[in-house]
Formats: sequence, structure tokens, C-alpha cells
Amino acid sequence: MDRRDFMQFTGFGLAGLMLPGFGHAVAAEVLVSTMDVGLKKAIADAALNAATAAGATYCDVRVGRYLNQFVVTRENKVQNVINTESVGVGIRVIANGTWGFCATSDMSTGSIAAAARQAVAIAKANSKTQTAPVILAPTPALGEVSWKTPIVKNAMAIPIKDKADLLLSVNAAAINAGANFVNSTLFLVNEQKYFASTDGSYIDQDVHRIWAPMNVTAIDKASGKFRSRQGLSSPMGMGFEYLDGAPSGKVLSPNGVINYAMSYDMVEDAREAAKHAKEKLTCATVKPGKYDLVLEPSHMWLTIHESVGHPLELDRVLGYEANYAGTSFATLDKRENKFKYGSEKVNLFADKTQPGSLGAVGYDDEGVKTKRWDLVKDGTLVNYQAIRDQVHILGEKESHGCCYADSWSSVQFQRMANVSLAPGKEKLSVSDMIKGVEKGIYIVGAGSFSIDQQRYNAQFGGQLFYEIKDGKLGPMLEDVAYQLRTPEFWGSCVGVCDESDYRHGGSFFDGKGQPGQVSAVSHGSSTARFNGVNVINTARSLG
Amino acid sequence: MKMFNEAEARALLEKVVKMSVADECNVSLNGTNTGNIRFALNNVSTSGIVGDVTLGVTVAFGKRQGTATGNEFDDASLERVVRRAEELARLAPENDEYMPELGKQTYVPSPTYVQSTADITPEYRAQVAADSIEPCKGDGLIAAGFLVDLAGFTAFANSKGNFGYQQFTDVNYTCTVRTEDGRGSGWTSANYEDVNQFNAKEQIKVAISKAKGSAEAKALEPGKYTVILEPAAAAGLISFMMGFFDARQADEGRSFLTKKGGGNKLGEQVFDPRVSIIADPWNTDAPANPWDGAGVPRKKHAIIDQGKVAHLNYSRYWAAKQGKTPPGNFGNLLMAGGTKSTEELIKSTQKGILVTRTWYIRLIDPQTVLLTGLTRDGTFYIENGEIKYPVKNFRFNESPVIMLNNIEELGKPMRIAGDESNFSMMIPPMKLRDFTFTSLSDAV
Repeated sequence: MDRRDFMQFTGFGLAGLMLPGFGHAVAAEVLVSTMDVGLKKAIADAALNAATAAGATYCDVRVGRYLNQFVVTRENKVQNVINTESVGVGIRVIANGTWGFCATSDMSTGSIAAAARQAVAIAKANSKTQTAPVILAPTPALGEVSWKTPIVKNAMAIPIKDKADLLLSVNAAAINAGANFVNSTLFLVNEQKYFASTDGSYIDQDVHRIWAPMNVTAIDKASGKFRSRQGLSSPMGMGFEYLDGAPSGKVLSPNGVINYAMSYDMVEDAREAAKHAKEKLTCATVKPGKYDLVLEPSHMWLTIHESVGHPLELDRVLGYEANYAGTSFATLDKRENKFKYGSEKVNLFADKTQPGSLGAVGYDDEGVKTKRWDLVKDGTLVNYQAIRDQVHILGEKESHGCCYADSWSSVQFQRMANVSLAPGKEKLSVSDMIKGVEKGIYIVGAGSFSIDQQRYNAQFGGQLFYEIKDGKLGPMLEDVAYQLRTPEFWGSCVGVCDESDYRHGGSFFDGKGQPGQVSAVSHGSSTARFNGVNVINTARSLG
Repeated sequence: MKMFNEAEARALLEKVVKMSVADECNVSLNGTNTGNIRFALNNVSTSGIVGDVTLGVTVAFGKRQGTATGNEFDDASLERVVRRAEELARLAPENDEYMPELGKQTYVPSPTYVQSTADITPEYRAQVAADSIEPCKGDGLIAAGFLVDLAGFTAFANSKGNFGYQQFTDVNYTCTVRTEDGRGSGWTSANYEDVNQFNAKEQIKVAISKAKGSAEAKALEPGKYTVILEPAAAAGLISFMMGFFDARQADEGRSFLTKKGGGNKLGEQVFDPRVSIIADPWNTDAPANPWDGAGVPRKKHAIIDQGKVAHLNYSRYWAAKQGKTPPGNFGNLLMAGGTKSTEELIKSTQKGILVTRTWYIRLIDPQTVLLTGLTRDGTFYIENGEIKYPVKNFRFNESPVIMLNNIEELGKPMRIAGDESNFSMMIPPMKLRDFTFTSLSDAV
């Protein structure tokens, strides 16, 4: 699912609830329970045994229970409260050296065994055209293990009324501050995933995520002009404690814009958003040209996501995503030739373990323990993101542990780990960084984004733009978008602030694959500076 | 997974409706069997079958609503789902915009189901992959593609006696062919209800031809060009814009269809007079479900009539508030055109760019529906009615509203499924002047 699907979904009435990707709606009390581990193991063993008997040389089983809760509001109205649950079993096998997959929501032993045999039959049918058998990197048998997102408050256990009241107070704050319209939403996700494989691993995981987006709009009725400002929060791998609004979560920009780290004050942000949306109606339009850009972490994450995270996915590099998401400019020969991905200030790493991040799990969806690894070191391309059936291509013997499926009914495949820009090694504040900029733009928050199928040419907008002139932050600008060519852009990075400024942003619904799957992924950075970037003006007239 | 026929679905739905003690009740039943095969690097990569049936119960006490669902169909399980929905409704805040259930409606079935598609086997899917891969092997080409087919039904009943049942099938095929040296890339797509209309061996020829023809691309300066957008290239921009045909957004002052000073642009000339788009669920080329997401019957009607805005989508709440009785929100887009093929449009072009496909289209400014995105998988320079040479891909920054005021000529509409759109569509190839390319892309 991409953002457009999300917007459609939140606009639906209850009659539009039955979207397969979100599963079935359920009552509130169901959301705080978990399935019995013994039952899950029995289901998994039934599938493993049936697949092996049918001729599979490898089988993994995911018994999944996926719970979501959405609270959707606008102004003084709660438009929708939705609880969904999706339970089922996905069975993946290798037979005749070929993958096969089958999934069922019928949890009877007979149905699961039949699904396992179907997966083997599919593998055998497809093996007729297969020229290269699957090579799986070994992974240790883990026995029975478990992992849980380290949450403080289980968001599913918070009463609906409290959530509705919070969002209505957010909306009231925006309206009272002069907004004409406001939409705010809570998205809560709990993945209860049980993984078992013929390698001898039985892994039980309980994963939690939260997202609280909003959109605040101001209108000038006389001119017909309208402008919006989205919230500056990030989706997180946290519980409801993220919405406590603790002062420690605030990070102030030099011009007073309030950004957020591990705690979010949604009411405060709504008030600020209303002020910003109104200011956008009358602020100056940008003069196109070359600017030095100072990019805040609430903006930076999306540029990292598109221009680093995706091109360094090995399945894209190899051509497995050629028909949809595309391939990558960062081909394998570039790693061999020590390709300069960026300046020596640029260190980019992948990490599936960072606390609070969207991608944090103990084990990936093919039973591999998660870890951190380098992608770009001192500007040089050093590695990719790869899973069990790919790492042999890199000459490695161990999967990176970044395999994921968005549902029991989806086949797992390589997905982006949290990919982040390491903070600068020397002490550098945002204020000091801006002092050195003669002609620039300071950009806060993520906006529009688009990039080509090999991840060369990208264009990004933002939420807030401020002129930088002679080392000083100036007034707000509008109609700003910057265009980049990936290696040149990262090559123009002349500074990254120190770790005191490091924060995560992220995508709750990153789309990839056919059939399309979503995943949630974080990207950390400190504020970073890029010199001489091409800025265009996006204002148009419809006459 | 077993699918319910109409009698079975009706019996189950009416039984569940009777179980509820709420003021109002709406029960839905949806089932789909989906099969797919994915291939890349001239090999099958993944393939699978997924079946699922879901029951949804929405009840209301006054203006308080609750919804619960399940996928077990014995009486005790059904009863449990109803009680859960009722419990949630009692806890829910009142929704001022709650609309009572619709009374009995008439839904005329549309031709969305074809048995041949429901009968697709794993062997058929494997053959499609083979038919796509074989011509590429040994010819210096690499195929990556995806075939997905589904067969299912959607049904609902409510406490006011309304009932609907509709079956549907769909088969969608896309394939990208690249040259081994990575310098050429071509693409083709097909979307039908009836798999018998699909021929992988013919379809793959298009992608092969574009892949071979697009190598050795030259760089042209970005700027404003006359373009011919193939139907697939135009569909992404047009379907994006049609998502903004919402009356409430326009009435509230936050849409390109907002009128200066208030109100919306219904009835106003917004596009070139040659632009006409209708919705028609019973169109045999690109049908749609006969009711919308709120259960309102769809009708055949104009959306854009000779450039004038003829229809906006209304929620039931907004329609009632505004005193309107519009047809259901549209589910398909049938755009009028001419009789010429893309090749014939090329023949009448002095200078221009042919665009096979547009990609990663995102909204920059809702005020003007300014979109950005890129060309992909076959972009060519046209001179004196002929394709002269392939050109490097461009990034565009263009509004479909402006684009549909810059029409030179429209060709013959074709059935298209968008990369990121849920509409069934018939879209013509179109020749447009002054299409705005803002930068070059090195991507192939």
C-alpha cells in the first residue's frame, strides 16, 4: 500500500472496510490477546511434515495474526474507529530447487497440510522453466526463541475514548489556531508472528508500531488559495508512550520550529501547523536556481529512503524487481570498483536492531537473527541488503536478516532495513552549520517525492522552507522542490551535524513487489548540508 | 477456497442480519481466490495461490456504529461476530455524519465475471511465464514480469431489505524486457476480465520491440515538447486527477475544482472540448461493480462532457447536506477518443516525443494538480512522422488539467489498468503540445 491507498482508506465509510490487506475488523478486547504458542507450533509442524512428505527439500511456515487499529477524525468528528484482525498461515517451500508458496486462513490441520502440498505442487510446476536452482545461505537452528518490541504502553490496550479525545483535542488546537480544516489519524499495528522452518527454528515475535499523522489546511477564500502543513512526527516502533508529549522529545530548530524525537506532543504540533499553513498563504515564492540545502532529519529520511535504501536492495540490483519497482544504478561492478556514492562525510548503514525504529525485530521472516552492517563507508559503496537466497552472490555466507512479508498471505522477500546516515564525527550544531551558508534553503518535514526506476533522478518537496542568506535563517518560502542525481547529490554533502541531532523519520507504508506489499522502515540522520543543489519553482496557474 | 453462489450468500447474510438487535445492521461477505506467478532474469521467482472469505457486520444504535468480522461460518461464530459489533457500537462516540442504511435498491448485474479466468491453473500461469521468457532467451534479452488472476464475489444485505451480489474476475499481466547490456528496456501490459482475450506470445513482442529499439538513447534538452502519450502513459496522470473529483473537497475550498469565492466548478468548462469521460458499469470493455462503496447504485453518466465538469463524487452525507441525489461514485473511466492508433498519431507528427509509460507519479500541489514523474521503458524522438531514435528518459512536472487543455489529437481508446489506480479504464493515446519535461534521467 502506498500513501494514496492510505488516503483512500481513511476516506472510506465502514462499508469500505473489507480490504484484504487489512484483514477483518474485530472488537477491542481481541486486540490485547495473543495466540497460544503450543497451538502455533502444532500448526507449523503439520505444515512442515506435509511439505516434507510431498517432496520439499526446505519449508518454512509463518503463523500470523496481524492486528490493526485506526481512529480517523476530522475537525470535531470521529469519522471511523476500525479494529482489524487477519489470521492465517503462509507456507513456503523449495522443491526441485524452486520456490512454491501457498497460504490459507483455514487453520484446520487438514487444510494446512493441503496448502503445504499445494505449495510443493506449485514449486514443481514452476521448476520446469527454472534454470538456476535456489541456493539458501545456512542459518543456525535456533530452537524455540521469542522477541517483543520493548513497549511501555500497549497502544491496543488504551481505551478508544482516550484515543478519540486526544485526536479531537489535536483538531481543536489546530482550528483554534486559525486552521480551516484538520484531519488526524491514529494507526496502530501489532504483528504476532510465529515462524518455523525445517532448519529447526521456532520463533515467536510480538511487534508493535504506531503512527499519528495529521494534515492541517488553511484557506484564503477570496483568492481560492489553500495550503496545508502535515505533522512533523515520525511513525515509530514504539507503544502509546510515544504520544506522551514529554519535553525531552522536543528538538528546536534555530528559528523555533519544533521537531520531535522519541516523544511527540501532537496538540502542540497541531497549533504550530495551523500557524505555518496560514503563513504559507502569503509567503514569498522561491526563485529557482542553485542553493545550498540544509536538510532537517524530519525531511532527510525520505531522501535517504529513496536514493540509498532502495538502490542498495540486492534484488533490485540483480533485476528481480525490474518489472515494477525497477532496477538500480548501484550495480555489483560498482562495489568492486569502490564506487564513490558520496563525499567522505557520508557514512550510511543498515540496522534491524535500533530501538524505537520501525524495522526493529529480533529475527527476520526467514528465521535469521537481525544485525547492523555498513552500506557506504566514508563515501565508498561497500555493501547491499540481501537475504538467504541472495547473499551467495555477494560472496557472503550469512543472510543480512532483512526478509519480510506484510501478511501471512504474502510471500516473504527482501525488504529494506532501517537505512540511516551516520552522524558527523565532529561536534557540529544546526546553528553552526547554517552560519556557514551564504545562499541556501533550510527544509523541514517530508513532502512530495518521486524517483526513477534506477534511482538516479529524484525530486523532493518538503513541509517548511526557510531562506538562508549570509549565514542567517530568513523568512518562509513556498513552491520549493529540489532535483538531484543520486551520486552527485551525496557527493555534495559537506557536513553532517553530530549525534546530539540524530533522529529517525520513517515510512509506515513503503510499497514494493508484485503482488504489492507494504513494510514499515525508519531512517535516521542528523541535519545535513548539501551544496549547489538545483531548486525549481512548482507554482502553476490554471488560468 | 470455496466461493459462495448468490443463493448461499443471501441465505447466510439474511441469517446474520436477523441475529442483530441493533437499530440497523449491514452484513457483507467477500471472497477471493488469487493466483499469481512472478518471473525475473528469465526465471520464475515466486508463484502462489491465496484464498480468503471474510464476513463483516456493521451495526448502529442511533448514531453509534460498530463493526466486527470473522471468517468462521457456523451459527455460534456468526452470533459472536454480531454481538462483538453491537458491543463496539455501544462504546463508540456518536458520529454526526452517520447515514441510515439504504432501503431496497435495484442493482443491474455488470459483466465483471468470466468463468475462463476463474478456471486458470498453475500450469497455465507457468506457461505464460514460459511464453514470455522463451523469446527473450538467446536473443540477448532478459524478461521480468507478473501475471495475477483473481476470481471472487462481493455481497451484502441490510436490515432494510437491501441486498447485492456480484461476481468478478480479473487477469493482469505486465512484463519488462531489458537488453543484457542494460541499455535498452521495453514494457507491455494487458488487463481483462476474460483470460481468453489475453495472448502472452503476442503481448511479449511489444516489450521485445521496445527493448531493442530503446538502446543507444540520445539526450535531448529538457523543455516543452509535443508528446504522444500511449494509453498506459496517459492513464497514470488522468486517473490521479480523477481522484480529486470530490464534491466536498471542492465545496470546502480545497480542490482544483473549487470556484473562486466559493462553490465548485460543476458545469464549468475546465478542459478542452474534446475531453469527454463517462462512467458505465455495464461497459463490456472495462466494466465496474454496479454499486459503490456505500451501496449506492452506479449509473451510466458523464463525468466530463466536452470539457465541462459533469459529475462530482458525493459521500451520502454530503449529498444529503447539499440536497443532491447523485449516482454512486464512479468505478470506471471511459474516455472518448478518435479512431487512430498510436502509430497513426506518430505519422501525423512533425516533431515530438513518444512516451510508452509514466512512472512514480506524485502530487506536488493539489491547488493545480501539478504532478511529477518520469518516462520509462521506451521513450522515442519523432520527426516527420517517423520514430527517429530513442531518447533518454525525462522527468516531467505537469498538471493533467493543463495537459488536457493542450490536446492536438486523441486516438482510439484502449483498456488499461493503472500502476497505482483501482479504476477500470479505457484511455486513448493522445498527442499533446507543450508538455513540460524539467530534467533528464540516466535511468534505463
